[in-house]
Amino acid sequence: MNITVAGVKKEVADGLTVAQLVIDEKVETPEYVTVTINDDFVDHGQFEGTVLKDGDTVEFLYFMGGGQ
Amino acid sequence: MAFTNEQIERYSRHIILKEVGAKGQKKLLNAKVLVIGAGGLGAPVAMYLAAAGIGTIGIADADEVDLSNLQRQIIHQTKDVGKPKVQSAKETMEAMNPDVKVITYHEFITSENILDIIKDYDFIIDGTDNFPAKFLINDACVMAKKPFSHAGIIRFQGQLMTYVPGQGPCYRCVFKEPPPKDAVPTCKQAGVIGAMGGVIGSLQAMEAVKYILGVGDLLTGYLLTYDALKMQFRKVKLPSDTHNCAVCGDNPTITELIDYEQAECDGVGL
Repeated sequence: MNITVAGVKKEVADGLTVAQLVIDEKVETPEYVTVTINDDFVDHGQFEGTVLKDGDTVEFLYFMGGGQ
Repeated sequence: MAFTNEQIERYSRHIILKEVGAKGQKKLLNAKVLVIGAGGLGAPVAMYLAAAGIGTIGIADADEVDLSNLQRQIIHQTKDVGKPKVQSAKETMEAMNPDVKVITYHEFITSENILDIIKDYDFIIDGTDNFPAKFLINDACVMAKKPFSHAGIIRFQGQLMTYVPGQGPCYRCVFKEPPPKDAVPTCKQAGVIGAMGGVIGSLQAMEAVKYILGVGDLLTGYLLTYDALKMQFRKVKLPSDTHNCAVCGDNPTITELIDYEQAECDGVGL
């Protein structure tokens, strides 16, 4: 199936979970990343149980604390 | 209030724009913007706001200018090392534009003082470097119904979003809780390219100016991310359902401001 991750279209295996995608994408500090699928936030407790569907758009939003 | 000849010349490149005009320039001169943090982000924000003729600019920072700041905090000069950042920032802004009244807050923002500080301002800029301050600014602005611009920078990356009450998600909708101390690297630990503050801070100033003028589309409902190494900007749409947010949702569970433990960055809060 095809999904879009951080703006990039990719072909991935059917049944891929958010938890596995976070590993595959080598997400930095995965415990603190915010994940959205289409127009919804995905809670961390749901990463294992959320199976991606064909056409999904996934975004990883990272804490960025600097400024000074 | 009529413009002086000097003001007509000073703001001529604004006034000629159909989105600004004399009316818009007057709005800018009558506006009050608070910049929290006089550092990598706050420096370019404050300078562009001063140059634009924002009539009242508040600047809050408890820190003094350090030599290691000057690689990016362009509002401060070598001669200012050791001086309170708010004082140095005030001097630079006043030298740039005598139309601007600068109000300084040489203190940490806390749950005790933030509501009192922000209450008189039309728009707030988060130019802080730590998560306790970012969550405090978000929660205070939500509670006081104040629009603000969030931004963060690290290494070769930056991000920003704009919150306007009732027009989309707040920072806490996206990031529920501050990460534990030292779980996410800070600028001091990870470094930051000096020009990053200029890129992202200038965008924050742009959002403030657009908000005051009432023109264009703000970054409400989006997180703009910038990756300098890939030279890529991305405007990421945020989920629009804010009903469950702990602070801006329908049934908020956070109804009082929280002073989270300060993350370590230069050993100070702002």
